[in-house]
Amino acid sequence: MPQPRSAAEIGALYQEMILDHYRRPRNKGTLEKADASVEMKNPLCGDEIGLQVAFDGDCVCDLRFSGRGCSISQASASMMTQLVKGKSTEEIEAIRKQFRELMLGNASAADDPQLGQLRALSGVSRFPARVKCALLAWNALESALAERS
Amino acid sequence: MKLRRNSEFPADLKLRPDSEFPADLKVRPDFPLLANNPGLHYLDSAATSQKPRVVLDALRDFYETANANPHRGAYALSVRATECYHQSRVRIAQFLGVADSDCLIFTRGTTEGLNLVAGSWGMANVSSGDEIVVTAMDHHANFVPWQVLAMRRGAKFRVCELTPDGRIDLDFLSGLLNKRTKIVAFSHVSNALGTINPVAEIARLVREKTDAILVCDGAQSAPHFPVSFDSLGVDFYAFSGHKMLGPMGIGGLIGKREMLEEMPPYQTGGDMIEFVHDDRTTWNVLPHKFEAGTPNAANAVGLAAAVEYLDGIGMDRVRAHERALMSEAQKRLAVIEGLHIYGPPASERSGVLSFTLGDVHPHDLATILDGEGVCIRAGHHCAQPLMRRLDVPATARASFYVYNDESDIEALVAGILKAREIFGYAPV
Ligand SMILES: Cc1ncc(COP(=O)(O)O)c(C=O)c1O
Repeated sequence: MPQPRSAAEIGALYQEMILDHYRRPRNKGTLEKADASVEMKNPLCGDEIGLQVAFDGDCVCDLRFSGRGCSISQASASMMTQLVKGKSTEEIEAIRKQFRELMLGNASAADDPQLGQLRALSGVSRFPARVKCALLAWNALESALAERS
Repeated sequence: MKLRRNSEFPADLKLRPDSEFPADLKVRPDFPLLANNPGLHYLDSAATSQKPRVVLDALRDFYETANANPHRGAYALSVRATECYHQSRVRIAQFLGVADSDCLIFTRGTTEGLNLVAGSWGMANVSSGDEIVVTAMDHHANFVPWQVLAMRRGAKFRVCELTPDGRIDLDFLSGLLNKRTKIVAFSHVSNALGTINPVAEIARLVREKTDAILVCDGAQSAPHFPVSFDSLGVDFYAFSGHKMLGPMGIGGLIGKREMLEEMPPYQTGGDMIEFVHDDRTTWNVLPHKFEAGTPNAANAVGLAAAVEYLDGIGMDRVRAHERALMSEAQKRLAVIEGLHIYGPPASERSGVLSFTLGDVHPHDLATILDGEGVCIRAGHHCAQPLMRRLDVPATARASFYVYNDESDIEALVAGILKAREIFGYAPV
């Protein structure tokens, strides 16, 4: 029988920073001119995300997200957009892989400075049912990058 | 149309005093999973129920003393298996008020029962220009099969709207009905709102204006209050064993004999045949005609044990217990600032409480409640058409059953207050 979550685990999940991004999402909205746009849904919970990306050469020069969802999916999207803006697709791919490791509970990823604020989401790995929420925006970004290439 | 949240009503609207319906069942020790986990508050019985020891024992007993392929062996053990399977059908039919037990077809559950009617009766009787009516509160299992059938047959698919407090809008329904209406499908009780629908009134309306068949989704009624198919006034009724203390993978479809006899088989194969010639096959009699292949005899035996157990408590008492818990939960939750309850007043709902809390997403709420040992469902409850009308992506849902008691409500309230605190709401 799986044990109920401890208060500490719940506390680690809902950090101040996550709630801040949930309530004041960064880069939320739409771009006037996007090079790639993706809509994604998590049919299990009804969360939806729209992601628009503008490129400058090989760099993501701007991006916006829209949609609705839980605090984890919204905070993850918000932090992701902040972190990847201005980065090359190669850099983004490295971050994306690291973030996946973080969600799988890989402890070294939790110390990786290139993940920046996203490390606040490390508590999610203890909640397998919520990992998909955190990954939704990243999956959208992955298809946006693929759509472009 | 947008549905109103019912917390705009006074919280105790139409509630009778609690003393009339005490929540006095104390059966938790009968359920091994709950007995072994004293800190667990299981409030997701609308999704699936826990199982009492008598059901688990019945399964083991079947496999240890009666296991053989029913209908297929001349030896005594197979005869015993056949007899166990048959007696289970008779017992479950009795529980659901079906005098002619051959009209109870075993299925995997409600979903398969409804698909059986759509695939068999529907494909044989619905044609281009006909109309099929469902309601906006129906579970996808009682929505999609009809939508697909309508598309296949070129029929019109019509969705009956709801009243602002989440009941079937009978005037709207009346307006949809006409001589081309072939099927009216609705749920006895909504799994997402708990609304108990007025079957007799719906049946009267439909019979008055149409020659349609009435299909009732009983997934949420059979477990929770007395149901008698023979006096219900519908043509088909589908239910799931796993929601009524029985095992997963067994349930049933009850139909009127004359219709079941007319209908073509749903699946073909072993057991359902009479004679197989090289060029054609004739069908076995009811119920076998609709039960192709080796049946789920063990789980039928398990479900029979479950209904025996429920009858031991008494279905009136089951309803009274849930009703008392509901009215208590409604009272405790309705005063929490920012909490909105959906659906009609508590006295007119089954043991289902669907709610949202401020800007706390239901999934976050469910995770935080999990931290308090409280299991609730968060999501669209397989009722996306309803969620669109409520204008929310999801709700949180707590649902009660015989093994719940006031301590579960206590834990639910504590968990909700905890969520408020984590999300920075002022203490209440
Ligand atoms: C109202 C209603 N209808 C149909 C179903 C489908 O039941 P099952 O998944 O057991 O086939 C459910 C349960 O999920 C339900 O609550």
